[in-house]
Amino acid sequence: MATIMSKTIIWFILTFSVVFSSAPNPLKYAKPKLSDYGFFKHRMADHIPAEGVIPYSVSAQLFSDYALKSRFIVLPEGQRLQYKSDGSFDFPQGSVLIKTFYYPADFRNPNQEIKLMETRLLTHTPEGWMGFAYVWNETQTEAFLEIAGERLPVSFIHSDGEKIELEYSVPNFNQCKGCHVNQNQMIPIGPKVRLLNHEFEYPDGTMNQLKKWNILEMINGLPNLSTLPHTPDYDDPLEGSIAERSRAWIDINCAHCHRLGAPGETSGLFLNIEENDPTRLGIFKPPVAAGRGSGNMRYTIVPGNPEESIMVYRMESTDPGIMMPELSRKLVHKEGVKLVKEWIRNMK
Amino acid sequence: MRYKAFIVSLFIISQGLAIDTEKDLQTQFILAEPGDTITIPKGTHNIKGALSIEGKENLVIRGSGMNRSILSFAGQTEGAQGISITNSTNIILEDFSVHDTKGDAIKVQYTDGIIFRRVSAEWTGGPKETNGAYGLYPVLCQNVLIEHSVAIAASDAGIYVGQSRNIVVRYSIAVNNVAGIEIENSIDAEVYENHTYDNTGGILIFDLPDLVQKKGGHIRVYNNLIENNNLFNFAPKGAIVGKVIPGTGVMVLATSDVHVYENTIRNNKSVATGIVSYFITEEAINDSLYNPYTSSIHIYNNIYERSPGLPALDYEIGQLLAIKYGRNTPDIIYDGMPDPAYINADGVILPESNLCIQNNSDARFTNMDIENNFEKWYSPFLSDFSEDLTPFHCGITHHPVATSK
Repeated sequence: MATIMSKTIIWFILTFSVVFSSAPNPLKYAKPKLSDYGFFKHRMADHIPAEGVIPYSVSAQLFSDYALKSRFIVLPEGQRLQYKSDGSFDFPQGSVLIKTFYYPADFRNPNQEIKLMETRLLTHTPEGWMGFAYVWNETQTEAFLEIAGERLPVSFIHSDGEKIELEYSVPNFNQCKGCHVNQNQMIPIGPKVRLLNHEFEYPDGTMNQLKKWNILEMINGLPNLSTLPHTPDYDDPLEGSIAERSRAWIDINCAHCHRLGAPGETSGLFLNIEENDPTRLGIFKPPVAAGRGSGNMRYTIVPGNPEESIMVYRMESTDPGIMMPELSRKLVHKEGVKLVKEWIRNMK
Repeated sequence: MRYKAFIVSLFIISQGLAIDTEKDLQTQFILAEPGDTITIPKGTHNIKGALSIEGKENLVIRGSGMNRSILSFAGQTEGAQGISITNSTNIILEDFSVHDTKGDAIKVQYTDGIIFRRVSAEWTGGPKETNGAYGLYPVLCQNVLIEHSVAIAASDAGIYVGQSRNIVVRYSIAVNNVAGIEIENSIDAEVYENHTYDNTGGILIFDLPDLVQKKGGHIRVYNNLIENNNLFNFAPKGAIVGKVIPGTGVMVLATSDVHVYENTIRNNKSVATGIVSYFITEEAINDSLYNPYTSSIHIYNNIYERSPGLPALDYEIGQLLAIKYGRNTPDIIYDGMPDPAYINADGVILPESNLCIQNNSDARFTNMDIENNFEKWYSPFLSDFSEDLTPFHCGITHHPVATSK
């Protein structure tokens, strides 16, 4: 009950704070601390969701320096997502997407010695979606709003036993929109049917996430599940061919920008999973404004030759003036590079 | 304002952080309200990540002068730009410098009303392939004014306006870049009273395929001093400007309705002024909506000067010109590829679409007539270049210099 009460108060504040502040100031939609929202029960770091806070996962995810992510969605009391024919949703005002980034000390034991880095909220405010990052303190008891970004040292042992140290970057308020944008409007990326259309382990059993959301009366107008697409998990060879998994990797890691209506459109390179035009996908396409990102190569993709493909060169770089994507990583996603290289090598 | 300053300081104090310029500026950029002026303090400030302005209106970002307020990105670890401005309206940048960014210095996208005034973008180690691509870089913008500004040592274009509308670039200096000033796939641009020197190419007017804004045009380039653009081409090879031959003054590529007049174009050793189709790049065209030809290009009332000397011989076109003309390379070079859409049934180019070259002082001309010379291209002694300008005297009385916008 206490949680529901505090949630009601939050929505009241989020909705009416507009009246009390005349300035279009992003801070008015954010609370100073993560605990102020009441999303989690008991010890906050354990992320046991409060009532109405629904965990979910996406089948393909943006590489963020190997950080693991926990995701949750909160809809305002009694309201639903509206399914759209393009496979995305209209979210009611007041919706919040919650995503916590964390590292285990050793990826070979991913559930032990966990360090929470940040929790990002994507909040659907009366002025559109806004992204807020909360940075966890050393003692992991609280996370504080940080709108200007932060850099945090972190080290972990990768699943291949390699020790990795890096300066983890928390994005600033503007950088959130750098990825989450379409036609100047900020939008969510993950919750689309093709990324949600798979099984999830709930406390009361495993179920397809869309089916679960339908049962929980979270969606209006969802078509029959069998008609809906599914993006394969690019890490799982059983989920699709190399080409299919490569396109899944490229879609989730590149297409938030490289798509009509998003900042990467200036390049004429369109990498969303629906794109089928070979030139727009980069095949024998010369770069436009890549600068030294071209690495002295002529084309984004040279079929059969990943070593001569700008796409691979930029995926393999960690130089801020060369690497792609521009944000979200300091490391190379070795597994992703290997997959995309294989795809290009097999291309005729 | 006071409320906001309070919030900012409360915010910073609550985080227990020392106030550093990067975080302070970024916080101000995020919290800015319409009408605000944000000050870049005096001094050289080391910035590690790209600074961004998103969705703001009526902002002034002001330093104390190009030599006094310097944002140095020499130690940059994050972000592909120095400053990134997106989805904004009426932004004024004044009196500061951005140095040594890993990628572009100042990129402005989807913005209506952007002014760069006394702003400098510079790579302080001089021309190097590892420098960022663009200095001052508005793309997919409208109402762009760049004035009294400076761009030094960009590995692509110093001042680069792409896929934009209604543009003025004036009173600015571009030096040691691959391209000094480049206007690409843009409409309604005036480029005047600039000084471009010691670049690979001085001023480039390009239309390229596969872009969102397809067609540029209505571009006026006048009263510029374009000299000694003989710098080696240090662009990464994949870049289209990597194909620009050192010694280029003005190059018009695949664009329509461009007037180049009353400029002084001197001592650019290879191609003082080139009018060429996209075919010169020898790249395939996969964009069905793209027009690779030039049309309605007017070159008039310019002053050409050139001391005898060889063109750049490490480029095919330079070799060709050297074999044909030795140390006396012509000033105006046309590839002879008119747009077939403007040729009538009798094989005559419609007058309003033809190339017009007249009243230039000391201008020597060659028409490479590539279409008819193509097979002889590799035996230049046999190719018939025409120096005859008569077909290109259009007889139009050109109006005097347009008044500035």
